[in-house]
Amino acid sequence: MTTPEKHGVDEFTGTSTTGHEWDGIRELDTPLPRWWLYIFYATIVVAAVYWVLMPAWPMLNSYTPGILGFSDRANVAAELQTLQAARKPSFDRLTAASYDEIVADPQLAEFARAAGETTFADNCATCHGAGGAGAPGYPSLADDVWLWGGTLGDIEHTLRVGIRSTHDDTRLSIMPAYGRDGLMSTRDIGDVTEYVLTLSTARDREKPVPAAAARGAAIYQQQCVSCHGATGAGDRAFGAPSLTDDVWLYGGSRAEVRRQIELGRGGVMPAWETRLDPAVIRALSVYVYGLGGGEKEPVAIIEPAPAAPAIP
Amino acid sequence: MTHKTTLIDRRDADPDPISIDAEAVNSKAARALYKKRTPIYPKISGGAFRTLKWGAMIVLLAIYYLTPWIRWDRGAGAPNQAVLVDFEGRRFYFFFIELWPQEVYFITGLLIAAAVGIFLSSALFGRVWCGYACPQTVWTDLYIHVERWIEGDRNARMRLDKAPLSMDKARKKVTKHFLWIVIAALTGGAWVFYFGDAPTLMREIFTGQAAVTIYLFIAILTFTTYALAGTMREQVCTYLCPWPRIQAAMTDKHAFNVTYKVARGEPRGAHKKGASWDGRGDCIDCRQCVAVCPQGIDIRDGDQLECINCALCIDACDAVMEKVGRPKGLIAYDSYENVDRAKCGEAPVYRFVRPRTILYAVVLAIVSVAMLVGLMNRTTLSLDAMRDRSPPFVRLSDGSIRNGYMVRIINKEPRERMLELQVAGLPDARISAMATNATPDGALVVHARPDDVTSMRIYVVSAEATAQSNDIRFVLHEPETRTTTERHAIFMAGGPR
Repeated sequence: MTTPEKHGVDEFTGTSTTGHEWDGIRELDTPLPRWWLYIFYATIVVAAVYWVLMPAWPMLNSYTPGILGFSDRANVAAELQTLQAARKPSFDRLTAASYDEIVADPQLAEFARAAGETTFADNCATCHGAGGAGAPGYPSLADDVWLWGGTLGDIEHTLRVGIRSTHDDTRLSIMPAYGRDGLMSTRDIGDVTEYVLTLSTARDREKPVPAAAARGAAIYQQQCVSCHGATGAGDRAFGAPSLTDDVWLYGGSRAEVRRQIELGRGGVMPAWETRLDPAVIRALSVYVYGLGGGEKEPVAIIEPAPAAPAIP
Repeated sequence: MTHKTTLIDRRDADPDPISIDAEAVNSKAARALYKKRTPIYPKISGGAFRTLKWGAMIVLLAIYYLTPWIRWDRGAGAPNQAVLVDFEGRRFYFFFIELWPQEVYFITGLLIAAAVGIFLSSALFGRVWCGYACPQTVWTDLYIHVERWIEGDRNARMRLDKAPLSMDKARKKVTKHFLWIVIAALTGGAWVFYFGDAPTLMREIFTGQAAVTIYLFIAILTFTTYALAGTMREQVCTYLCPWPRIQAAMTDKHAFNVTYKVARGEPRGAHKKGASWDGRGDCIDCRQCVAVCPQGIDIRDGDQLECINCALCIDACDAVMEKVGRPKGLIAYDSYENVDRAKCGEAPVYRFVRPRTILYAVVLAIVSVAMLVGLMNRTTLSLDAMRDRSPPFVRLSDGSIRNGYMVRIINKEPRERMLELQVAGLPDARISAMATNATPDGALVVHARPDDVTSMRIYVVSAEATAQSNDIRFVLHEPETRTTTERHAIFMAGGPR
């Protein structure tokens, strides 16, 4: 700061000047407010201290770590560890509990659901959709149709071994590609399609041709009955879907049903046993079970109330 | 300045023992933008308003320091502290009131009521908040008293500050700052007790077991108390506080303020004992009002934002008026309207009922009543239902439609409650949960955890819902108390098939 004696005082404002002059215009020497100046100096001191204590300067291959050894990465790792330690008792309880105990304990079930939700979003939602909504070729997990069983035990087993996976005990079923492999004539496939539509509640919509369906019935009894059953109820031992409802893995229109008979498509689900922790698979099972309520043992989704209309 | 000249003249003419050499160092004329703060040495005054301020200080400090120690039995499992902000447990306790985070609007209402309350008090009695109740005023007052206790009154303090450093001066200064820091630490210490169990926290603080944040907050508040009340004082009111600026909009000429009765006081001047009072004002220019002012101003300059209306100048002036045998009240609570009217010789008017005061009072009443009604009708049981967004609905193998919901039952009572959850609005809708099936009359039995939120996944199945979007209601019934609460929800179906 300059003294007024040195450079003179501006007569209009009464403020001393810096002595700088351009074309007769002189610069006023307006001092900074004290509090501002002191805070400014304080921040400089803080910055210098910060450089010493904390990671600050980038180097060629690393950075100056600071003498406090602070590291966000290490902090996150430690926090994750704390979190895992905090969750361990609940996961242990989950692993030790029987299926009935899990379902009967709302707090444990809620913990498992919450834990399973993230795992589902990370690993399963890619194919099965958010909330297990399903997509053509990828079964919905929110409905009441369970190809390989919908109890907690069934779901957990399916998750562990996968479907048509590389696991030794994988759930496995193959539907022959009747059209592509030339096992059935095109006409026969058309007839079977009509018959399958008659079995299903989709018949109201698709209106199968009776004559063709009658011909198809005979072919069905030869080719399909071993897996899908005489009434088309399906068989969970082979993962053979029921053909009597209107829930379809590859679509329920005439063309889509026909196409499936021609191609015999079957999807693959990896065996999660080798990828996820057993406790996490358990939590995931509870989550999937909770999406649509699963199946209780024995199979019964909801005990119908007396006043409610009977399920057709 | 003219005051200074008058002062010297007067002293030469009449060495009056009641006059004092005091300059209003914080008056607008004396202030400069880059000037260093001139210290203010408020003289002790005695009188009705000083007594009132003592009372207010004792009551307010007692409330602040003692409230966390009041116990209030809420039964097992709940804290027994009457006033507690429990961040960890996400609860706010105030005697018989327990609030959840989602009820923070009660705090909002309280803040609105407080704001309108201060508007109303400003419109009626000027800055009574600033003068008596503001923490800045109360703590500054306390700090000035400590200072006076250690260093003596105004003149002694001025002498001490001018004196060269000596053992005695050092001892006094060190003692004063030590006591200030102790008070500051107690202030910060009392603050944290509002956020945890006071006896436990006290033990933890002294055994070094309390959380780092506790010590940090005590340190911060110790620093701010010491800095604001000890070293900054009137600068907080003059430079930091927005209220002096805002209150100008809340008040008007009819509000009561600490005023100098210009008409009665002027022309001011020294007065010799026994001399006539004819042709002159009652103000003897003794400057006692300036000497006692903690804000360093001269009340005779009129309305100014530095004035906190602490009324200490009223006490000082009344004492002088008594001595010189003139009526009290040369400086008194009055409206600026009356000060102006007196100049023209008009009679004073008192208008407490004005559009402004009516408006503030009505708003205050509305907010208070709304809060009270809200508090009295506050339910201890409520229900939230969030429908699954993906998939929006599920077609089951029998052709019926199912929707999934996340139902949250909020039980604000400290006991487990047995509740029945039903769905209404669709005749054939059936309800079930992951673990529980519905009872024969279509209700789910739910055990809501005490003072907690119980979340559960609920499935609703209907075969007859035909519209794309159907209105349904979740009905939660407590058989024991026969209370029922409802929540509207949407049941999605694919539309007509």
